[in-house]
Amino acid sequence: MLAVLVKRLGSSCLILLGVAAITFVLLYCMPADPAVMIAGRTATPTVVANIRHELGLDQPLIMQFFNYLANLLKGDLGRSYVQKSQVSSLIAARLPATLILMFSGIVVEVVLGTTLGVIAALNRGRMLDHIVMGLSFIGVSAPQFVVSLFFLIVFAANLGWFPMSGFGTFNHIVLPALTLGVLGAGWYARMVRSALVEVLTQDYVRTARAKGLTGVRVVLRHALPNALLPIIAMIGIDIGQFMSGVVVVEAVFGWPGIGQLAWQAIQQVDIPIIMGVTLVSALAIVMGNFLADILAPMIDPRIRV
Amino acid sequence: MKNTQKQASGAPVVLTVEDLTLDALTPFGSKRVLDGISFKLHEGETLCLAGESGSGKSVTSLAIMRLLPITSLRVTRGSIKLHDRELLTLHESAMRNVRGADIAMIFQEPMTSLNPVMRIGDQLTEAIRTHQKMGVGDARRAALEMLDAVKITDAKRRLDQYPHELSGGMRQRVMISMALSCRPKVLIADEPTTALDVTVQAQILKLLQELKSEFGASIIMITHDMGVVAEVADRVAIMKSGKIIEAGTTLKIFENPQEAYTQELIAAVPRLGARKGTDSPPRISSVENVEVQTPSTAVLNVEELAVTYGAKAGWFGKGAVGFSAVRGVSFSLKPGRTLGLVGESGSGKSTTGKAVLGLIPFSGKVTIDGVPITKTSQAALKPMRRLAQMIFQDPYASLDPRMTVGEAIAEPLVIHQIGNKNEHRDEVASLLRKVGLSPDVATRYPHEFSGGQRQRICIARALTLRPKLIVADESVAALDVSVRARVLDLMLELQETMGLAYLFISHDMAVVERMCHDVMVMRNGEVVESGSRRKVFESPQVAYTKELLSAVPIPDPRRRNAA
Repeated sequence: MLAVLVKRLGSSCLILLGVAAITFVLLYCMPADPAVMIAGRTATPTVVANIRHELGLDQPLIMQFFNYLANLLKGDLGRSYVQKSQVSSLIAARLPATLILMFSGIVVEVVLGTTLGVIAALNRGRMLDHIVMGLSFIGVSAPQFVVSLFFLIVFAANLGWFPMSGFGTFNHIVLPALTLGVLGAGWYARMVRSALVEVLTQDYVRTARAKGLTGVRVVLRHALPNALLPIIAMIGIDIGQFMSGVVVVEAVFGWPGIGQLAWQAIQQVDIPIIMGVTLVSALAIVMGNFLADILAPMIDPRIRV
Repeated sequence: MKNTQKQASGAPVVLTVEDLTLDALTPFGSKRVLDGISFKLHEGETLCLAGESGSGKSVTSLAIMRLLPITSLRVTRGSIKLHDRELLTLHESAMRNVRGADIAMIFQEPMTSLNPVMRIGDQLTEAIRTHQKMGVGDARRAALEMLDAVKITDAKRRLDQYPHELSGGMRQRVMISMALSCRPKVLIADEPTTALDVTVQAQILKLLQELKSEFGASIIMITHDMGVVAEVADRVAIMKSGKIIEAGTTLKIFENPQEAYTQELIAAVPRLGARKGTDSPPRISSVENVEVQTPSTAVLNVEELAVTYGAKAGWFGKGAVGFSAVRGVSFSLKPGRTLGLVGESGSGKSTTGKAVLGLIPFSGKVTIDGVPITKTSQAALKPMRRLAQMIFQDPYASLDPRMTVGEAIAEPLVIHQIGNKNEHRDEVASLLRKVGLSPDVATRYPHEFSGGQRQRICIARALTLRPKLIVADESVAALDVSVRARVLDLMLELQETMGLAYLFISHDMAVVERMCHDVMVMRNGEVVESGSRRKVFESPQVAYTKELLSAVPIPDPRRRNAA
């Protein structure tokens, strides 16, 4: 078990290194020049050159990359071009808000998705099944900015149940979490439905019914845990999905998380922040998968080593 | 076991099934599945519902439990009474109190009948606490008692284990203990030993008989195996196409069967010892003048075959050691002869069969028709595939559902680039005729055929390339007895006319006796005994072989207590 963990940790580090390298090259290839952006339109070439030198952007790419890596190992993500403060402290200040949002999103996704999936599976082929599957289809295919605008118009602007944007109370988080969770919930509803339909035909479900258990107990105690096994592994992978969703949702709802930070940084070509947020997101995804790997044998006794 | 054959008709009736008629609802209208089933189950008796697949025996048992899928099956008339209580009109909540408490059930597949993510102890206590007011601690003690009652080894430790940690036989014991935990009046056992090894089957059948009197339950045993019927039943009801065509005491059914179908069913059971005193399988072919040649060169030669699973080199040169599935297996097989490979599950017989065809990596020396099988790359093995083919166990799963029968049979010709389309069609037609099917079926799809017909198609496909060797891995295990007999005859006939050599892998000693010239008994990856079939079956040297032979149920109720 320990050997497996060490191996996974090693490969995780390699993945992060790869992400750093690819992002670095991509940002370098970008047609926008951060020095020009900082200096402003009216600046003379000398000023721009000075800024470029100051930021180390006049060095060869490979040198820039190694400098960045060397700093990274010291825990230094660099300094924001625009805000001038440490990227690590900027991210640290905003990370909690994003984590709260992601956690709420996952709760929405899992609870809503599982519930709908169970309802659909138990009513397979009936009207309710078709309605739930139709809704999940919309959830899966609707772009997040459309969903978020729809929620804003209906629940914030017209009904006034929830605030338009902001951060602080429980009411603030409902719409962003719903927006973030709805996409995943659609997927989960479909997966739970097909997994449960499959599991309900299994012999051990028949055994459970032959024991004289109630239908509810058969589903909740015997069928659902088996149906959820393959899906739990998905939650880890979902964190990646969420990272991309977070940028849109935070921008729309004015949620002060790292998504918003990234959104502003992209507009200002603030490369150190973009790099930092990308690395943190990659770290989250890698950790999510790592967690799923550790979690799977804890839930399924058959794959314990 | 002494009073199992007594006439039980004097005892009070526990369960009465009357005129039970059931329809399956399909998109094309309803189809009768059960047609007027009536029987009585007396206290303390074992009633066997015997019949082939599709006869409606399992449906009957599920109807008694009211566990049928209501959307697709509907009871149209009839009654099921437990003592004087009608079960068919009972409210679902009241029926739940009957299930598990008054009527309990065990199923065919012990491997899949237990919840894989729940501890054995939890599954047992759940059954107990559903019907009895009992604390967790008391229920756990009761569960332990039940596990002791079914004679499971190390019962206390089993409580905290998961199903996958137990063998098939142990799981079936757990199922039995769960079913009996609420002391039901009726125990329905649906093919409880079909998925088990023959020695384990003998143990479980014995256990069921003992527990029946200990717990005072009556048993409805559902089985396709007339050997099992003879072994355990007090009375038998023979089912065919949803009807009970004949019923009576076990002795009467076996010694004086009235219906032609019953006679056929009993006759079709291969009896161990039926070919005592002979060296070869029976001649089937009507072709009289087939020259019986005994060529000296073997078509298959195996020396020191070994297969290890899961071994791999680690980072520092020392990897996982792996599981040694087969070790030191050597044999040779001549054209026109059949070598039987027998043993229980996990003995390595299937592994040997696969290794011989280069389907899995192995060490040792294998030559087919003088060609050494060394590399296990697809390209290197392609010429060998023309010489050796395989017929698998499950005819339902081994045909591509989206390929017509003709395409499936012709596919090997396409792969090996032999002949053109017209020649393929002619070849398919002649192969279909050879296996006893009409050439017209070539354009149809596998789902339109029965299990026996599908196995014929699989045989035709295996013959397409005119191989010299066929590895048949449990090829008739999934078939009904009457169908099985016909497929075996077909294989014998093809052997006579085409000089095929068979490596015949089977757990069924009676089938092996019928089919084979030579036999190899395997246990835990090693050959424990080998020789001519006559020698091994008539004077087995090793205790394990004797055990295997004596565990086979004999379709003769009078011999029940003899063994």
